[in-house]
Amino acid sequence: MLDTGKPLVEMTDISISFGGIHAVDRASIDLHSGEVVGLLGHNGAGKSTLIKILSGAYKRDAGEIRINGEAATINNPRDAKAYGIETIYQQLAVADNVDAAANLFLGREMVTSIGTLDDAAMESKAREVMGRLNPNFRRFKEPVKALSGGQRQSVAIARAILFNARILIMDEPTAALGPQETAQVGELIKQLKSEGIGIFLISHDIHDVFDLADRVVVMKNGQVVGQAKTSDVTKDEVLGMIIMGKVPPGAQPGPGAIAG
Amino acid sequence: MAEPRAMTSITHPSQTVQNPFQRFLIATEIDTRLLGMIGALAIIWVGFNFFSGGLFLTPRNLWNLSVQTASVAVMVTGMVLVIVTRNIDLSVGSILGVVGMVMGVMQTQILPVQFGLGLGHPMIWILSLATGLAVGVGIGGLQGAIIAYLRVPAFIVTLGGYLVWRGAAWWVTAGRTVAPMDSTFQLMGGGPNGSIGALWSWVIAVVACVAIVLGLYFGRRQRQRFNFPLRPVWAEVSLAVIGCGATIAAVWVANAYPWPVRIAENFAEANGIAVPEGGLFISHGIAIPVLIAVGVGVVMTFLATRTRFGRYVYAMGGNPEAAELAGINTRWVTVKIFMLMGALCAIAAAISTARLNAATNALGTLDELYVIAAAVIGGTSLAGGVGTIAGALLGAVVMQSLQSGMVLMGIDSPLQSIVVGIVLVFAVWLDTLYRRNKH
Repeated sequence: MLDTGKPLVEMTDISISFGGIHAVDRASIDLHSGEVVGLLGHNGAGKSTLIKILSGAYKRDAGEIRINGEAATINNPRDAKAYGIETIYQQLAVADNVDAAANLFLGREMVTSIGTLDDAAMESKAREVMGRLNPNFRRFKEPVKALSGGQRQSVAIARAILFNARILIMDEPTAALGPQETAQVGELIKQLKSEGIGIFLISHDIHDVFDLADRVVVMKNGQVVGQAKTSDVTKDEVLGMIIMGKVPPGAQPGPGAIAG
Repeated sequence: MAEPRAMTSITHPSQTVQNPFQRFLIATEIDTRLLGMIGALAIIWVGFNFFSGGLFLTPRNLWNLSVQTASVAVMVTGMVLVIVTRNIDLSVGSILGVVGMVMGVMQTQILPVQFGLGLGHPMIWILSLATGLAVGVGIGGLQGAIIAYLRVPAFIVTLGGYLVWRGAAWWVTAGRTVAPMDSTFQLMGGGPNGSIGALWSWVIAVVACVAIVLGLYFGRRQRQRFNFPLRPVWAEVSLAVIGCGATIAAVWVANAYPWPVRIAENFAEANGIAVPEGGLFISHGIAIPVLIAVGVGVVMTFLATRTRFGRYVYAMGGNPEAAELAGINTRWVTVKIFMLMGALCAIAAAISTARLNAATNALGTLDELYVIAAAVIGGTSLAGGVGTIAGALLGAVVMQSLQSGMVLMGIDSPLQSIVVGIVLVFAVWLDTLYRRNKH
């Protein structure tokens, strides 16, 4: 069911350094529509940095981004959203002091005919989306600060899918969640995938990702160690890539692979 | 299963609480913190009234209090937005000073003499005010741009601005005081002529009451449209009664304060009115500066709660990174906040210069501290993200009440500063306790 034609996203030879440290060094990665790609690596391997370049939070020093085969200019989060790229961040990027509806529509508020905020319409839409995602969610009037980690995460996910994303980036989406909520997110990912959305799933924990992803890409020290279809490798082999940079026979080596 | 859920979702939370006072609070959705502030203000007023031998709660004192609060009240509405976005503006007093000087020079020299309009030309006050607003917005925009785009902390930029604009105020006329102001311009400062009289005050009261009732009605209809929980009808009625009652009481007090005897006599003489036995009673009504401050408060509340700009301000205060990642142009919003602050300083400058009937280079000295203190007493958190315009306005009234109350009691001026300082710290401590208990 994977679309083998033009990739949805192609990032080629991306580099970025912070104060002389190569956080990402000539990394290349791609994503097709309806595909879930797990991006794995230790903390500090450069995976979050690489993906923040795609979401517009950082500006790359070198390299090229293509969306649907066309060169894309992404200088800030607004540009990325214009290409249908939505991101759910590790540190739960929600504004704590405003309510769920305000967070869902932040930056894209619904307005009335005279240009004022249409809070009732936004709350109504928020109730609809949250009802689909997390039927137990009730606390629409309270600041997000008062919600549990799982509830906040469902707000963040609802926010991403509300605006018909084509490319979804999830940075450690289940890190703050309990087992039941993690399973919910897993179901949600399968649902989004079946709708043809391409998903980058970023994690330092292979167990979070392996069963959901079609393909994994492993990074170490800012470089891509290698990539493999999850059907061609075992968890242990991927773990070897993460820890030692050793590329198994079922995987394609990248620039960061250990020779031999 | 969907049916019972829909049923329970339209139950208002007030129906589950037994204690009548709590039920009233939840049903009316009144901000308890604001209610606490009103309570504190009531205690301050009654206390001062008692210790000053009944001088505080008189129409005359309350009317003066309202006029004295106007300038700080105008500025504090902008300071709330500045502080909510985790910034600070230490330069507002100096901006007030320099803009006041510019407006003073415009109406005493540039427009009447150099542009040859002549003194008393009807365009003078408008052009002076417009120039002042332009200068205020320009200064605010400059400071905001340095803060937002050059990433210099607001504390430093506005500390620099504090010195620069105070110096500039001196530099406009080499320290000379500019007086007198244009006669129409003076109306913005209050006084017998700068008040709208009994009739118009009642007209405004009626308009405000109608607005309150319509606001409640449309709010309810909107919630009905989306099948959201509704306030009980009795709660809506209580809100309407409280809102209209407060409005009518305020106007009644303003109307109960007559013109001073001599001014009333002169007025009667000039208009050929016979002075009746026991003196002529002409009501002040609401003072124009107070009307301006209330208007600014309404507009700013609208901006803060009903527009995208306001939503972004609060989101940026809650989590600047999340706001940026949500695609909000946070830098431009920051510039706009400081431009707004500059415009409000210009309005406050017009009120202050008109009230003093002169522009001096010391005008607005220490105002930045009173404005910040009023915002903080009014519940604006320096940590960002929290604060309301209404609370800050109440804070300004509390600050001014303390000062004029102590004057009425004949307390020495050094002791006045000591009391205000202690109250500021005490109020913020109480607020910290309140917030800690709430969460």
